[in-house]
Amino acid sequence: MNKYLQLSEVCIDFPTPKGPFRALDKVSLNIAQGEFVSLIGHSGCGKSTVLNIVAGLHQATSGGVLLEDREVNAPGPERAVVFQNHSLLPWLSAYQNVELAVKQVFRRTKSKAEMRDWIIHNLELVHMTHAMDKRPDEISGGMKQRVGIARALAMEPKVLLMDEPFGALDALTRAHLQDSLMEIHADLGNTVIMITHDVDEAVLLSDRIVMMTNGPAATIGEILQIDLARPRKRVELAGDARYNHFRKEVLAFLYERQRKVEDIGAQKRAPQAASSTRVPLAKQA
Amino acid sequence: MKSITLLSISQNPGRLLPTADQLMRLGRGLILPLVGIFLFLFLWANAAKMIDTSLGQFPGPGQVWEQAANLAAEHQQERQREQDFIARQDVRNAQILTANPQAHVEIRPYTGKPTFLDQVGTSLFTVLSGFILASLIAIPLGILIGLNESAYAAVNPLIQLFKPVSPLAWLPLVTMVVSAVYVSQDPAFSKSFLISMFTVLLCCLWPTVINTAVGVANVSKDLLNVSQVLRLGALPHVFKIIVPASLPLMFTGLRLSLGIAWMVLIAAEMLAQSPGLGKFVWDEFQNGSSNSLGRIMVAVLAIGFIGFLLDRAMLLLQQKVSWDKNAILR
Ligand SMILES: Nc1ncnc2c1ncn2[C@@H]1O[C@H](COP(=O)(O)OP(=O)(O)OP(=O)(O)O)[C@@H](O)[C@H]1O
Ligand SMILES: [Mg+2]
Repeated sequence: MNKYLQLSEVCIDFPTPKGPFRALDKVSLNIAQGEFVSLIGHSGCGKSTVLNIVAGLHQATSGGVLLEDREVNAPGPERAVVFQNHSLLPWLSAYQNVELAVKQVFRRTKSKAEMRDWIIHNLELVHMTHAMDKRPDEISGGMKQRVGIARALAMEPKVLLMDEPFGALDALTRAHLQDSLMEIHADLGNTVIMITHDVDEAVLLSDRIVMMTNGPAATIGEILQIDLARPRKRVELAGDARYNHFRKEVLAFLYERQRKVEDIGAQKRAPQAASSTRVPLAKQA
Repeated sequence: MKSITLLSISQNPGRLLPTADQLMRLGRGLILPLVGIFLFLFLWANAAKMIDTSLGQFPGPGQVWEQAANLAAEHQQERQREQDFIARQDVRNAQILTANPQAHVEIRPYTGKPTFLDQVGTSLFTVLSGFILASLIAIPLGILIGLNESAYAAVNPLIQLFKPVSPLAWLPLVTMVVSAVYVSQDPAFSKSFLISMFTVLLCCLWPTVINTAVGVANVSKDLLNVSQVLRLGALPHVFKIIVPASLPLMFTGLRLSLGIAWMVLIAAEMLAQSPGLGKFVWDEFQNGSSNSLGRIMVAVLAIGFIGFLLDRAMLLLQQKVSWDKNAILR
């Protein structure tokens, strides 16, 4: 198997007042070029931490990450991140947000006109050219997320890292963006790691689903290969026996093998925080 | 045309009358402030009658208004005199030159007493110079200590130490230092100007430094991550991420600084006898005529009003440069 991106025995300890807190323990994973991998697991298990280590925003305490056999130890545009809450610069328009990234990555290789075309091309990919002169506070949540994706794609990353890119969106918008993402992935063949809480989303989009155990010292519990033919159509798959089998596998992992017992108490104390993660799963179950 | 508009009005008579909601807003926006002002004037007028000072009765709104008119008139007289002086001088010089083309003529500047309005101008110039210079120091310093925790740890004790120092304490030191250091045959600025300006500068640095530093230190982690993923260099990081993100707090600091600068300036001018509104107040106080209290009261109101205008100007500037158009600025 092609080892484009390798995580080998990644462990991380966060310093806390009570001593080091081991968030991840020996996470090992190989990802092939062009592969679409989802990370799924209960809230707080360490999914974002894995992504941030690949991004270079966190440093592993032991173990490490190799991209094309070179060690990752700092953030960089070849590992573009789509952040959980869009993270657009609020004082720049959609166009300017993408422009900032494009200028930084291509300032030596593209002319002004080429950069402009490239920015518009990427905004077109996410169907945002009609609102490219609007600022983030003038566009909807789904549109912001799309601009965030355009910004990441415009860096022409080797690996696209997405932290719950559609988590905060309503079901219709989410479905629409999932379709766009599948199209883009089919066209460009990016290597993608996506964090999600949504079982349907994971099965629909991924080549593999990586299921993480609960923290502390979380690690990879199981890996599920999704060999459904592409292009995938959500409506057709809804009645597909294999699709439903994969869904059931993931649900069984999350709710039987990795049930979060203490979460029920936490849910009562913090209904807001818990519901954001639980409702989508409950709907599907 | 006319008949059509008339018709549409008569069909819609209700639209001419303001709604209850509009009346409420009018009341809050215009009527209530007016009520407040009239109440104040009434209380002031009555209280003034009961206060007798060695310079006569405390001035009520009427006397103060009279003095304001006097001060305006004096200003115009003074300007007239200046023009007359210059005209006379020109005529005299022309006569000398016709008699003897080789003669050396002198052009002397007019040296009249500065009027109230001149003093206002001087004060404004001094305060803005001090404030702008202070901002040029405070903003970079604030950004530096906001970005770098070691720099913050090093500078913070000094800020805490100097922040509460009253301008009156600085003044003698500033006076002595300026007198010792600023020795020039042909000074571009007068010493008194420099003394007031540096005192203002020392006192109005701190709010901008502190607020900028807080704004910079609290730039959201997400934006910092974006900058890291893009591998922005140090300067683009500061100018494209840090400065815009901390602009709102920076302006909060700048507005506080300008307010302090204006307050400090009046005190400094009064004590240092440097030209400006402060000196005007002091001179009137020393003068001790029956009009003095009224004239001082004019100055007090002018100081307040100018302070208000300065704050409004900063607010407008803030609204102009702020990216968050939804933020409620007051
Ligand atoms: N900077 C940090 N310092 C200390 N502990 C941290 C830090 N970042 C994360 N953690 C801890 O590491 C664990 C994993 O956090 P992480 O954010 O990766 O979870 P997650 O799986 O992304 O959760 P969610 O699905 O809610 O986003 C949590 O227990 C969290 O408290
Ligand atoms: Mg997370």
